[in-house]
This record gives sequence, structure tokens and C-alpha cells, in this order.
Amino acid sequence: MLETFLNNYVEAAAIILFGVGFTMLLFQRNLIKKLMGMNIMDTGTFLFLASMGYISGRKAPIITDGVQSVEAYINPVPAGLVLTGIVVSVSVTALTLSMTVRLYRRYHTLNIDDIYRMSKHEMEDR
Amino acid sequence: MGFVWNFPLFTIVLSLFSGVLCTVLSGKKAKIYTMIYEVILIMMTGAVLSYTMRTGQSFTYVMGEFPAPWGNEIRAGILEALMAVSFLVIMLCSVIAGGRYLKKDLDESRINLYFTLINLMTAALMSIIWTNDIFTGYVFLEILTLTSCGILLVREIGRTTLAAMRYMILNLLGSGLFLLGVVLLYDITGHLLMVNMHQSIVEIAKEPAHLPVLSIALGILTIGLAIKSGLFPFHFWMPDTYGRATPTSAAILSSLVSKAYILLLFKIYYRVVGMEVLKVLPLNRILLILGMCGIIFGSFSAIRARNINRMTAFSSAAQIGYIYMGLGIGGIAGYTAAMFHILAHALTKSQLFLTTPRLAEVSGDRLEFKYMQGSALKCRAAGRTFIISSLSMIGIPILAGFSSKLLFGVAAVDSGSWRTVIAVMVVLAVSSLLNAMYFIRTMVRIYTDPEREKTPDDTDGEVVTAKEPGAEQAQEPDADDEERPYEGQTTGLDYHLPMIVLTAGNVFLGLFSWVIVDLIQRGLAMF
Repeated sequence: MLETFLNNYVEAAAIILFGVGFTMLLFQRNLIKKLMGMNIMDTGTFLFLASMGYISGRKAPIITDGVQSVEAYINPVPAGLVLTGIVVSVSVTALTLSMTVRLYRRYHTLNIDDIYRMSKHEMEDR
Repeated sequence: MGFVWNFPLFTIVLSLFSGVLCTVLSGKKAKIYTMIYEVILIMMTGAVLSYTMRTGQSFTYVMGEFPAPWGNEIRAGILEALMAVSFLVIMLCSVIAGGRYLKKDLDESRINLYFTLINLMTAALMSIIWTNDIFTGYVFLEILTLTSCGILLVREIGRTTLAAMRYMILNLLGSGLFLLGVVLLYDITGHLLMVNMHQSIVEIAKEPAHLPVLSIALGILTIGLAIKSGLFPFHFWMPDTYGRATPTSAAILSSLVSKAYILLLFKIYYRVVGMEVLKVLPLNRILLILGMCGIIFGSFSAIRARNINRMTAFSSAAQIGYIYMGLGIGGIAGYTAAMFHILAHALTKSQLFLTTPRLAEVSGDRLEFKYMQGSALKCRAAGRTFIISSLSMIGIPILAGFSSKLLFGVAAVDSGSWRTVIAVMVVLAVSSLLNAMYFIRTMVRIYTDPEREKTPDDTDGEVVTAKEPGAEQAQEPDADDEERPYEGQTTGLDYHLPMIVLTAGNVFLGLFSWVIVDLIQRGLAMF
């Protein structure tokens, strides 16, 4: 059991990171910390993805010295997926941050429980 | 390979382009452009539908002509085309019927940006429907999340931002899990294209030792999409989100966005995993139970709701439960029922969410039931639509809801397990009863004239007369309030036209359900 973990330590770390991020996103009351959790969660997934594509002893898939054999290079697809994932994660973070700013301007706090409590006392606009 | 083969890709690329274009148009032009553009899209997808029906098989569009394991693919068959056409029609109807409230809820200078979001959302919906690549599915899933959050946020009053924030956080949890699931699946199969993944998964599933890994990957993926679409334990965000959005957004979110997530899940189950492998995994039973819980709990919450939009939103939670129940029953019959219910619910719920603001408008912009008494008497057209869509939700024959309930029953009998049959039948009966309870109660309320109720025409007791002055006083301000918006025209052609289309669709699904069922089954065969 332990050996499996040690052999796949990158994947294990990635899943732990994912768990940390996920619980932060779920249970932290502070909106900024929630967002940090979201980014940690995504980073965990990216680490997992990147580690899958890497084959030790091989090079990045860019032909420089004329070697064209597939055996010489690592799998480039996961790297492409990571890049796409990063773009998605950045845009989601941006939108969520802008919403956080809007909530902060209105309620002057970042604690989502407090915001919720305050909004309950607020008159319903409709 | 005809020209029609390009149309699925056109729908995606042109929608993305239109999104950009709308940022530079003025609000009114953007609206007109979007409407014309949606009509063109409907024609394109209609052409795809008729083409696939004629040829009797689906086609795969390979982007950039890169062969299978490397390229990105679009796959179009009858089922996808049917979904695309109906989604676009509902989208168009929502945009037309909700346009009046956009002007109210949005600053004039920003209306074009709303249509940017709508176009981007169309692109995301279309690509989720057409795509054959699981990672493309993920990317457009996120675009769908972003745009749906955007169309929630446009209404800058009250607790919308908070509702959008909660919606966003839950969606982020969902997409994180979905991404992890996709990555795990990619890890064990080595492919991203759904057909290739399916071949690997069939190989993997032959070895019993590999099944737990497969279950975990699929389980994570399913939880992710279940959170996003609002399956039972995760449905609590629905009333806040749908109840506070501008009507167009509420209609689109409840009838299209949550369905797109389910469609993606279905695609993964049916195309990637396949029915044979799915039988070995325990996922179906969990979905069945959660779906049933969703139906019952959603209906109970709807009964308790004091606000018409919250009630409708909780009823959405129940209907999502139905679709998951169909997926849980499994088999061709179960999937047919689920797909049929996606269409039926999308048609009916968009109608409801576009009607309630009209009823609210004639009762002084209040959505609580106590203010809404008699609102249907002031706005007859909205009252009629409300009755039709409510009856469809309850499951009265000749309307769509009845056909889908019948299909669920048939699917349960087909499944062959007597436990499933009993459970599904009981849940169907109970939920119809509960639906009838809250919808008929609402119908009676909106058709009860408050003035006539408070002063009974057969004055027989002194108790009534003793209470009279008090009652009248309490009523007076309300009556004044109601006079004001009543004067304005609340329903014009912009309301009647979409409602006629949606009602016609609803009745068609009810009366000629076999046409659609046949299409769905042919679509499933070539999916």
C-alpha cells in the first residue's frame, strides 16, 4: 500500500492538493480563501495531468537534433490540456473575483455567512 | 459528405463570432441581430436534423482533417440535432418573451452585452450537444458556467449577486470534480475522443480488478455534473438562483443550462461507457435513488414555498429528479424517457418562468402568493399559459408531462426488476399528487378575485359584517396598488408569439409523443 503511494508520489500529492482545495472551496467562509481553494484544487488537477504525460528520461517533444522517434519524447497532449485548463481557471477566477468585489462594496465584509445574514435583513427588492 | 456536414461547426463558430459582434452593436440592434441569427441557427440545425433523418446515420466531422486519435471531432445524429433545434427554439422564445423585462432590469447601454452572453451561451450549448471530445466538453462546460453566471449577474438589485456567488461556488466545485473525473478517465484510457475511450473502457472492464478505478472516475464525474445540474442533495441553490434572475435568464437557466449538463453526462454514460459496462457498475442505482429523492423533496419544498418563482424553481428540482430517474432506470427505454423529459420539461418550464413575471407585474411586482390573488383575471393570457404549463407539469393527458410520465412507467416495467417497477410507480403517483397540490392551489389563487372573496355575496352572518370594515381597510391599499400596473399592456405580440410556439410544442409532445419517441430511439441507435 505504502509502496504504491511512494511510487506514485506525484499523483498522490496531486490528489491531496485537490482534496485540500476542494474542502477549502466548500468550507472556508472567507470568499478570497474560497477562491484560493479553487485555484489549489485546479492546480492539483493540473499536476496530476502533467505528471501523467511525463515519461522519465525523455525530452520535451520539440525536434532539435533530428531525432524523430516517438520513443525519445514525452506525451505532449497532457501539456496542452494543462494549458487549456489554466486559461479556463484564470477566467473563472477573474469572474469570481469581480463578484467578490461587488459583494464587498455592498456589504463591507468577505465572510459569506455574514453577507447571507445581512441580505436576509435587507428588504426584498421584489 | 455534403455541405450540411459543416453546419454543426458553423453553429458553434458563428455563435462565438456573434458574441463578439454584439459588443459593438447598440442594445436594440444586438437584440434584433440575435433573433435573426437564432432563426438562421434553427434552420441550420433543422437541415442537420432532416439530413440525418434521411440518411439514417450519424456523421462525424473531423476538424482539420486530423484522423481519429489526434484530431477533434464533431458528431451529429438525430438525437443531437433534435436537442439542438429544440434548445434553440426555446432560447429564441425566451429572448423574445423576456425582452420587455431586460429593459427594466438592465441599463440601456448594457443590453448589447447581455446578448453577447446569450450568444456565447448558445455556442457553449451547441458545442456540448455536438462534441465528440470529452475535453472540449469540459472547456465549453466552463464557458456555459461563466455565461450563466453572467446572465444572472445582470440584474443588479437585491440579493442577485449573492445568489450568483453561491451558484458560482457550487459550479466551481462541480467543474473541479468533473475535470478530475475527465483526467482520471483520460489516464486509464489514454484517449480524449469518446469513441476511442469507449473501446478502451470495454477492454478495461473485462478485468474485474479495474472496475473500482473506473467506478471512482465515473463517480467523481457524475457528482460534478450532478452538482451543476441540481440533483437532489445539491438542489438548494435553485430557488435563489432562478427566483432572482431576470425572466429570460431564469427560463434559459432552468430549461437549457441544467439540461446541457445532463446531456453531457448522458453522452458520457451512453457513448463513452456504454450500456454493457454500465450494468456492472453501481452508478445507475445511486442515480435512481437520488432522482427519486429529488422528486419527492423538491415537490415538498415547492408546497412550502410562499413565492411563485421559488415554487417553480423547486418544481424544477423535482423535474431534474425525473430525468436522473430515467438515466437511473437505464436501458433504451429509460434513456428515451429521460431524453423526452428533457424536451418536455424545457418547453414547460420556460413557459412558466416567462409567465410568472407577467402575473407578478399586474399584482404590483410582487411574487408572493398573497399579493397575487386574482392576477390571472387581470392578465388573461398569462393566466391561460400558466394553466396549460401547470397541467403539463402535473401530467394531464394531451400535454407533454403526461407522455413523459407514461414513458417513465413503461421504462420501469421494461427494466425487469420488480423493485424498480414498484418504486418508480409509487414515486410517479406521489409526485403527481404533490404537483397537483401546489399547482392547482396556485391556479385557484391567481383566479380568485380578492374583492369578491372578502365580501361574500350571500350575506348571512353578523360575524362577516362585523369583520367587514377591517377587511376592507386592509384591502384598500392593495387595490390601489393593483390598479396602476393593470392599465399598461402587459402582454403583447412579444408574449403571445413565443407562448403559442411553446404551447404548440407542449401539445405536440403530448398528442404525438410517438413521433418524438421514434426520433429519440433512432437517434439513440446511431448515437
